[in-house]
Amino acid sequence: MADIELQQVEKRFDEMFAVRPLDLTIKDGEFVALLGPSGCGKTTTLRMIAGLETTSGGRIILNGKDVTRLKPSERDVAMVFQFFALYPHLTTRENIAFPLQAEGETKSNIEQRVREVAAMLRVEPLLKLRPGSLSSGDQQRVALARALVRRPACFLMDEPLGALDADFRESMRSEIKHLHLQQKGTTVYVTHDQIEAMAMADRIVVMNQGEVQQVGTPAEVYHTPRNLFVARFIGSPGMNLVRGVWAGDHVSLPLDNRYKLPAQWQAALYGVPAENGITIGFRTEDVLLRADGPLAGTVISAGLLGSFTMLAIDLGDGQSIIEARVSRDMRVSAGDHVRFDLKPDMVRVFDSKTERAIQPA
Amino acid sequence: MAANPVVFATRVDKVGARAQFSRAVRIVLVVAYAVISMIPIFWMVTAAFKSRPDVLAIPPKVAFEPTLEGIVSLLTKRSVIPPGQEDQYRNRPDLGLFDRIMIERGQVITGPSQYTQRLLNSVIVAGISTILSVALGVLAAYAFSRFDVPGKGDWLFFILSTRMLPAVVVTIPIFLMYQQLRLYDTHLGLILLYTTFNLSFSVWLLKGFIDEIPKEYEEAALVDGYSRMQAFRKVVLPQAVTGIAATFVFCFIFAWNEFAFALMLTSERARTAPPSIPTMLGTGGIEWAAIAAGTLGFLIPVIIITFALRDYLLRGVTFGALRK
Repeated sequence: MADIELQQVEKRFDEMFAVRPLDLTIKDGEFVALLGPSGCGKTTTLRMIAGLETTSGGRIILNGKDVTRLKPSERDVAMVFQFFALYPHLTTRENIAFPLQAEGETKSNIEQRVREVAAMLRVEPLLKLRPGSLSSGDQQRVALARALVRRPACFLMDEPLGALDADFRESMRSEIKHLHLQQKGTTVYVTHDQIEAMAMADRIVVMNQGEVQQVGTPAEVYHTPRNLFVARFIGSPGMNLVRGVWAGDHVSLPLDNRYKLPAQWQAALYGVPAENGITIGFRTEDVLLRADGPLAGTVISAGLLGSFTMLAIDLGDGQSIIEARVSRDMRVSAGDHVRFDLKPDMVRVFDSKTERAIQPA
Repeated sequence: MAANPVVFATRVDKVGARAQFSRAVRIVLVVAYAVISMIPIFWMVTAAFKSRPDVLAIPPKVAFEPTLEGIVSLLTKRSVIPPGQEDQYRNRPDLGLFDRIMIERGQVITGPSQYTQRLLNSVIVAGISTILSVALGVLAAYAFSRFDVPGKGDWLFFILSTRMLPAVVVTIPIFLMYQQLRLYDTHLGLILLYTTFNLSFSVWLLKGFIDEIPKEYEEAALVDGYSRMQAFRKVVLPQAVTGIAATFVFCFIFAWNEFAFALMLTSERARTAPPSIPTMLGTGGIEWAAIAAGTLGFLIPVIIITFALRDYLLRGVTFGALRK
């Protein structure tokens, strides 16, 4: 197993950046998710690590060795593709044995390793079948087996659950996580599904338009997003974001709402030019309905979502609509006027113009 | 609830009298077309086994006494027995089946004809040129399908443009060039020509088939430790078998049937079957039976190849419909 280091790695198509210069160090045994909307450069980054895409600049170091100019076959990586890419003309057994044959392993060795991996992924009954007759979930298991069989330096996964049905995705998610814990293999996992990234990764690299937005643990990107993009993208729903104006000791929000920020923000906010404006962000679960709350709005919808009720509250100007997750015992319905407060520690403040998070002093 | 259980269900519009009538009409039309198309082939097959008066009989004879005359005259050279010597020949002890047949027609076999040699030439020329154009075509098609070849569009158009001129237009210049290059009347000459001709076709056809194979398969093989060439051989080729077989048949049929160049560019050594069959004039009249027998022998290899590869051909035709 190995660590992966990307130093100023970039990819340009003509003069267009697909991936802007990117620095990232992935530790041995770490599970890192590259997360972002489609076209953000996450798959290109993964393919550059695999060697399927050339770099336009920078260096890729795998286990201390510069592999930037090496062919994929010389890098000792294994890859799982979104549509599995199982060789349709080979049986499951032949598919799993395929990487070992490249290494010139002996027949008995291959047979033994195939059997071990097949047992681990519970695909033994499928060994004689061809991919065409397998369910998509089984195909994915075989693809994982093919990646695992060679014991590579690292695993690269390109949206491996993207082609699965929703109910199947969840069980495969925990299965992959379990395998990772068992194998301790360095894993780079590309996904556009933030829930997947949150559930599986040790660290998440959030990307947008070819640029890394934030690198951090799931808790870090969830609680302290570095900019408005991450705040919106992480969590379902994303962070509530309300534009306002800093008025010395409070934020002035739409419809005469005033919110007094905790003391640690006061100093930090003097550095922000007044014309930029600020945006405050808070999670749905950090909204507290209270009769004496400093903020007010009108409920425009209330939906019971199982263990909680989700409210949409209009702060008054028809544009600043926030969502709040409240106890399901709460009797609130559309049209009600409500007052609420925010959990002070959980409020984040952003510069509306630069979109960056402002750090409390 | 289910007092009247539905025993069978069928679409009413397919059992109505009108539907049945239109179905019958369609079947009749198709069968009639098939029969009409088969008439020349039927004539050829029967003529090959007819005696000389039967071939020329008008109206054509459908019931006749089969004879090997045509086939024997196809495969042999003969001369006419001088009058009065028939009995002398008839009583010779070394007569084979073929000799006896021909003596009845007043002819004596003097040696084998060139038909087998020319058929063999056809097999050599068509076979080798087809293998070459498919092999080169699959490599070129793979490159055009997967790599950023500089000027890709122009190259593909150029390759296609070699098909735009009718082949006959260039026969004279090629004839002159071939004489200078000593390629006239050689197998190599025809093989080069047919390979060049078929290459444009095979590149385009195979590119279509290879485009349909997702590139993830090769990428998986590359990551799994194989070189580009190994990935091509082990992953792309097996999946392109259908397209390769279809291309093979089309190229073979073209090279096998080619007439104009073969007529212009060969005389003795390398002459193929197509230009030689129509020149089989017998002594005193056209030997229709021999020509029919020659054509029949000429058809058989194509029929065998097409039948051997028919599953691939059928899949080749429906290829696009079955994927994705």
